[in-house]
Amino acid sequence: MTVTAPAPNAPTHAKSDTLLDFSNVEMTFPDGTIALQGVDLVVKRGEFVTVVGPSGCGKSTLLRIASGLETASDGTVALGTDRIGYVFQDATLLPWRNVTANVELLAELHGESKKDRAAKAKDAIDLVGLKGFEKHLPKALSGGMKMRASLARSLTLDPELFLFDEPFGALDEITRERLNDELIRLFNAKQFAGLFITHSVSEAVYMSTKVVVMSGRPGKIVETFDVPFPQPRDPEIRFTPEYAALVGEVAHALRKGHGHS
Amino acid sequence: MTTISNEKTVTDGTDELEAHPTPGLAVTATVAKPTSRKRRRTTWLPPLIVFLVIVAVWYLISLFVLNPNLRFLLPLPQDIVLKGFIDPLSFNALIVALWQTVIVSMLGLAIAIVIGVVWAIAMSQAKWIERSLFPYAVILQCIPILALVPLIGFWFGYEFQSRVLVCVMIALFPMVNNTLFGLQSVDKGHRELFKLQGASRFTTLSKLSFPAALPAIFAGMRISAGLAVVGAIVGDQFFRRGTPGLGILISNYSSRLQGEQLFATIITAALFGVLVFWLFGLLGRRAVGTWYDFS
Ligand SMILES: Nc1ncnc2c1ncn2[C@@H]1O[C@H](COP(=O)(O)OP(=O)(O)O)[C@@H](O)[C@H]1O
Ligand SMILES: [Mg+2]
Repeated sequence: MTVTAPAPNAPTHAKSDTLLDFSNVEMTFPDGTIALQGVDLVVKRGEFVTVVGPSGCGKSTLLRIASGLETASDGTVALGTDRIGYVFQDATLLPWRNVTANVELLAELHGESKKDRAAKAKDAIDLVGLKGFEKHLPKALSGGMKMRASLARSLTLDPELFLFDEPFGALDEITRERLNDELIRLFNAKQFAGLFITHSVSEAVYMSTKVVVMSGRPGKIVETFDVPFPQPRDPEIRFTPEYAALVGEVAHALRKGHGHS
Repeated sequence: MTTISNEKTVTDGTDELEAHPTPGLAVTATVAKPTSRKRRRTTWLPPLIVFLVIVAVWYLISLFVLNPNLRFLLPLPQDIVLKGFIDPLSFNALIVALWQTVIVSMLGLAIAIVIGVVWAIAMSQAKWIERSLFPYAVILQCIPILALVPLIGFWFGYEFQSRVLVCVMIALFPMVNNTLFGLQSVDKGHRELFKLQGASRFTTLSKLSFPAALPAIFAGMRISAGLAVVGAIVGDQFFRRGTPGLGILISNYSSRLQGEQLFATIITAALFGVLVFWLFGLLGRRAVGTWYDFS
């Protein structure tokens, strides 16, 4: 098992379009749980890949391996960038830091100057629509605003590959939809590649260029769908028959994976 | 104190919302109110009534139950004030002893805080260090100080240093235990956030674990502060040379049957203990109250 994380200026990878390449990845935890088996997955520049699957099927494990938090027990994982953003399910803001200080954290950990990180934080805060809340502590923010701050924090890394682990799963539907729209807008503006985990099929189809359906125990990829609708997405596509048909197909694949067909 | 700072947060929130109408992108959710604690309207009436009842019973016992030649067992309140507090001789002795106790207990507390935090940080760095060092914190907590008195006396003499040492020994465990607990209960997601950025051990400690442990550290400090006061007075009982502290004063007055002065000294010691507890609670709220519900 090899993980290649090239230096930022490594010439062989600089022009590579493949940002993440999983090949036959397997993950068996020390307790014997097989979380992933034979997973092949490629994320390229310009792609927004969504993974749907029942809970416990290894979606988070997939992201943890991609980010380096976990090491696959077999297979190869190749990364085409070291600028990786990771938005967790929780906002994971430090409660003693206000919004600005939280957003500055990653640049601070990388030893950037005060001036640089203040500028980065300001840009990111503007991008996610938190202007005016810079001095607020996390406890004074709603769930949606916390996730915005968390998103802004990752944006300061200017990631080429962005990993999202059910980031808006805990929010109410209206907030979630709005944040999804804004995420797509950011995707189109910032040109990062996305690997997005969700358990909502319609959300997956609406947001992504590719939908990957997983099944559980052990977690594998059962089917992959290309989403043909143009980016940026028009929210109205959700009311077209093509969209409905694709959602139906994905849902069907998901049910098959479950063993309910 | 707490109520005021909470209200301030809420008001700030509203001001900000109005002052900066959200630009372009609509911020969907409204500002969540910070966990509002009930306005703690301190009512002085009930405790005051209890106080008056106690004083009344006191007078009854002192005047009608006790034989006048046994009155030193429970002197009349006005005698305590007049002879114990206001009388210049008693007053001077009391102030000098109080000051000595303040110095001994606060110095002991400061040393306990430093040693406790360093000890806990060391233990938080590796499981094997924790396994090696934690048992000694427990043992320290379990040794009856009385058993060590002769040794401490031999090694450090029978005055100031030994009293401070007793304070440190009594106050140390809550600091070690609380700090370690705080350092170890850092959120897993926060840890991974730092790990993903390749943060060093020191950076993770200084920017994550230590700040996250502060509420626990301040809670430990408040407990230890109370214990340090106890330690200073207990230490006085064993190590009686040098400038007397409140503990020495107490045992002197009791052996001379000076009831009024004895009561005045005990009351002073109690008030000092309460003051210290309150001050360190205030310190904790000041330090972490904005983001942690320190109570
Ligand atoms: N550290 C671990 N040790 C053992 N089993 C684990 C560990 N982490 C996850 N698992 C198991 O692996 C499976 C996949 O987990 P996860 O990736 O979190 O699923 P999902 O995110 O799809 O809900 C689950 O059965 C889970 O219990
Ligand atoms: Mg998960």
